[in-house]
Amino acid sequence: MAMSMNRRVFKWSTWLGWQLESNWTDPFPFIIYSIAKPIAGSLILVVMYSIIAGIGGQTDVGLFHYMYVSNAFFMFVAQVLFGITWVIHDDREHYRTLKYLYISPSNFFVYMLGRTISKLLVTTFAVIITMAFGVFFLGVPLDILGVNWLLFIVVMFIGLACVMSFGLALAGISFLTAKHSMGMNEGVAGIFYMFCGVIFPISILPGWGITLAKTLPVTYWLELIRRTLGLGEGIDTALASISTVDCMLILTISTIVFAVISVGVFKLGDYVARSKGLIDMTTAY
Amino acid sequence: MKFEENYEKPSWAVMNLRTAFGRAYPRIIGVNREPSWVFFDTFFPILSIAAYIYVYTALQAPPQYLGYVVIGGAMTAYWMNVLWGMAAQLYWEKEMGNLELYMVAPISRMAILGGMAIGGMFTSTVRAVTTILAGIYIFNITLTLEEPLMFVGIFIFTMTALYGMGMMFASMYMLWGREAWHMSNLLTEPIYLVSGFYFPVKGFQFLLGDPGFWLAVGASIIPVTLGLDGMRQCFFGPADGFLPLWVELFCLIILTVIFIILARFSLDYMENLAKKEGRLTLKWQ
Repeated sequence: MAMSMNRRVFKWSTWLGWQLESNWTDPFPFIIYSIAKPIAGSLILVVMYSIIAGIGGQTDVGLFHYMYVSNAFFMFVAQVLFGITWVIHDDREHYRTLKYLYISPSNFFVYMLGRTISKLLVTTFAVIITMAFGVFFLGVPLDILGVNWLLFIVVMFIGLACVMSFGLALAGISFLTAKHSMGMNEGVAGIFYMFCGVIFPISILPGWGITLAKTLPVTYWLELIRRTLGLGEGIDTALASISTVDCMLILTISTIVFAVISVGVFKLGDYVARSKGLIDMTTAY
Repeated sequence: MKFEENYEKPSWAVMNLRTAFGRAYPRIIGVNREPSWVFFDTFFPILSIAAYIYVYTALQAPPQYLGYVVIGGAMTAYWMNVLWGMAAQLYWEKEMGNLELYMVAPISRMAILGGMAIGGMFTSTVRAVTTILAGIYIFNITLTLEEPLMFVGIFIFTMTALYGMGMMFASMYMLWGREAWHMSNLLTEPIYLVSGFYFPVKGFQFLLGDPGFWLAVGASIIPVTLGLDGMRQCFFGPADGFLPLWVELFCLIILTVIFIILARFSLDYMENLAKKEGRLTLKWQ
């Protein structure tokens, strides 16, 4: 009975999330919108690299592939983190449905997972478009036949579970914060952007930065993606000595640990918000 | 009757000044009552900017490029505020039910938006100054103001033109539903790209020749493009500047006048249109 209920909640919250993402416009503007943003984000790096290469700086094309691929897949981190936490603010203050969700017999945790899936779908489309743009227009040498797809799928599955865990933890904190604390999502994504080897190798960070980077699962997730796609691998000397099996092991264990912590943070945030009467808080300034 | 006899109606100017103050007040006080804001909105955004600094370090770029990132990063605070705190705010006010109260009050819409701008500028300035200080003290970036008077002029006219543009956007967003939210999202990375937030806009000309020059000219419609380029020239000299400083200042003055006038007409037009179409109080579209 409970399983059947959770399945329905998951299905309809995914559908709701998809409608919120996509039905504000016609399909054509929606596709343009979905393409323009990620491509522009990647082109910033392309222009930065090209200018510096043009005036005689670093011209290692491997570094460019490293930046491009990691930045494309980092969209999952940024979008999912932002998406999950925004569900709390949007449902609480904008649509003011959070309290009704609470008094319904549905499992709120399952509802949150469902809303995240729609965000994942939109982001997957953006990542595919960005990679295709890189391959066809920027000469990113992706050898589709050479990719270890099985490993890639496993890595993606674990990595996304990890990112969703972080998102749920932030959602738990969002129960207690005001609408304008979007900076929190931006900031946590910024920590990953800075310390996980997204647009530069972690080897150029100071010693403490490398140590911190090596404790974050996203670092290993991105490294594994680069290795499975055969793009930008070996550029990061701080990670080159860690074997693929070890990277997988670290990613899996840290994901499990972070998932347990995230569920705890989510439940704690939920409990404190209810104790303090913050479930229907509005912060309209 | 007694009240009306004793009540001295304030002049138009006093009433609108009070309006601007009244709208700015909750923004400044509101964020200060939410201590989490200080941390989330000042410390975290630095991380994303630091990531771009490390990209240039990895690319072995000349030192002034690190300074370009810091100035660009500081200006992102204002751009984000214009998008989310000005343009999208009327949409948010409509959803919250405040817009109809603004409409029935005997005050100028420009005064409300002006108040929002002042309140928003306070928070944005805190974030921008923190970014600059982080650049100086953490990344040892040397910023020497070579053209202080020009800098003041360029900064003031960039802000007035930018917030004038924000008022114009706000009038359009008043009509929209969720399109407003997505439009603000869409105007983030693509504008970071064309306005050269993380590289000098002259880079387009360097990479693409004449088409690049015209691309930068087109991007100059957005005041922050010339504002950023001008401010960078004030700190680092004209070597990577797009246009001579006085030309940029002149263009910014013209843009200020155009956007303020356009905002005035656009607000009246959109308000009438929204009334005719019955969309002023339409929520959750």
